Amino acid sequence: MYVIIGNSAAAIGAVEGIRQMDESSQIVIVSDEPHHTYSRPLISYLLLGKTNEQLMKYRPDTFYENNNVTLLAPHRVTAIDPTEKTISLSSESKINYDKLLVAAGSSPFVPPMTGLDTVEKKFSFMSLDDARALERAVDDQSRVLIIGAGLIGLKCAEGILGRVRSVAVVDLTDRILSSILDEKGAAIVRRHLESKGVSFKLGTSVDNFEVNRAALKNGEHVEFDALVLAVGVKPNTGLVKALEKDKPLVNRGIITDTKMRTGINDIFAAGDCAESFDISLEANRVLAVLPNAYMQGETAGINMAGGNAEFNKAMPLNAIGFFGCHVLTAGSYVGDKIERSEGETYRLFFAQDNLLKGFMLINSPNRAGIYTSLIREKTPLDNIAQMIFDDPSLAAFSRAERKSMLGVVRYA
Amino acid sequence: MRRIYVNEEWCLGCHLCEYYCAFAQTGGASMALALKDKQINPRIHIEDAEKYDSKGAEVHFAVSCRHCVEPYCVKGCITGALSIKDGVIQIDQEKCIGCYTCVLSCPYGCVAPADDGKVMQKCELCLNTTSGEPQCAKNCPNAAIVYEDRG
Repeated sequence: MYVIIGNSAAAIGAVEGIRQMDESSQIVIVSDEPHHTYSRPLISYLLLGKTNEQLMKYRPDTFYENNNVTLLAPHRVTAIDPTEKTISLSSESKINYDKLLVAAGSSPFVPPMTGLDTVEKKFSFMSLDDARALERAVDDQSRVLIIGAGLIGLKCAEGILGRVRSVAVVDLTDRILSSILDEKGAAIVRRHLESKGVSFKLGTSVDNFEVNRAALKNGEHVEFDALVLAVGVKPNTGLVKALEKDKPLVNRGIITDTKMRTGINDIFAAGDCAESFDISLEANRVLAVLPNAYMQGETAGINMAGGNAEFNKAMPLNAIGFFGCHVLTAGSYVGDKIERSEGETYRLFFAQDNLLKGFMLINSPNRAGIYTSLIREKTPLDNIAQMIFDDPSLAAFSRAERKSMLGVVRYA
Repeated sequence: MRRIYVNEEWCLGCHLCEYYCAFAQTGGASMALALKDKQINPRIHIEDAEKYDSKGAEVHFAVSCRHCVEPYCVKGCITGALSIKDGVIQIDQEKCIGCYTCVLSCPYGCVAPADDGKVMQKCELCLNTTSGEPQCAKNCPNAAIVYEDRG
């Protein structure tokens, strides 16, 4: 029996991976959320009214039935016993596994902040229930304060802005989206968000809260009716960490190899709780983005079912948009910069050792995957016409290379 | 499975495939009536490269979805809007929210915004049209685009 802890992209990838190898054996998914699998990044689109709970289902209603999956939800897993090969649930029942996947995701990280306990309406923004709770708590007179100008905080700002009186965002860093953008890129997106009505207090943090008033360290005060905490996330590694004896099983995320195996036999890990080898940085790190989660999960699933799959294409990959301003980034920002920007269009590339390592594209999304592929396939840049940095095209490749792209069956 | 393949050396750069692609999507009976004065947004694109091959001829070629066996666009799709059915990569535009993850994933640049820019579109081998078979290949005057089984 296959057991999967988690019910998001990595878990679904694992089911689909297992089913490539094994059409019938039972799969059990244990999830602490009482929902059909849904797309987590869509919760901001739900607030915007661009999707609904039916459309945001990550797989069709028939998914579990068609794949012979038993969904146990809501149930929390409290422990793994790798000797007995069981997991324990909070209901005190136990489930046996032959192969186990930990796809437990991540949780909001909330640093200690003075007076936070006096704030009545405070929310995270990571789950469907979070989004619904926030939605219920605000109206068109609400002032919303968001702590954190990262991907989650700003998607929340976009989602909620049209429903409330005001949205202010505070971040300790002096620019927004600091994990994926440099100063110049961040300024473009910030101007766009400001033009839509979001206000920012950057380079400062909350000194203390007092009911519905935040005192910032820069001396300013912000009054609010609802508080969203989007400072960061931490991988849910506890179940595996508890099994650590001689060798480490967890760094920042659960340590995995390219087959998504953990350090313990028959236990795999995938998704936001796991680390993988970032081919653009050539180092292990947590890559908490959905495409990686799915592909890690699929790889784990194939291997759990006796196959031989490797996921060796992991890298950061972010496609995010705010009110029509599209930000696409990939890879790592190392090496020499190549810039092709104009006005509010930002195109910055990073090259090292004749390889493309990363890029940021703002308001210039089309055909960006051609660049992603250069990083992923480690294509030597001196084999490609330099015009590719002006405009992504297959014309920049040699005719022979193009024939292999357009004239034969492509696996990816 | 039959897929679209491109014979670059035969491409005239006439762009007819783009018009037949756009026309197939309208379901209309007359191309002139359906496309007259319209800005077309086809799912196949001709690249007219500003460069020349070894014989001095201009380089043109068509690019459309490769219907990859292990597609990054489908695996990376955050909504589940992209799926593979009988080897054909399809998009459910009702589920799509236009996040551009597929655009960031496709090595060939073959997923692109639909007319309103809010959802994506891609070649579905004309299975989503009433024409039944890929009209780009059927109407290419020089066999630079073919629809055939190469394994």
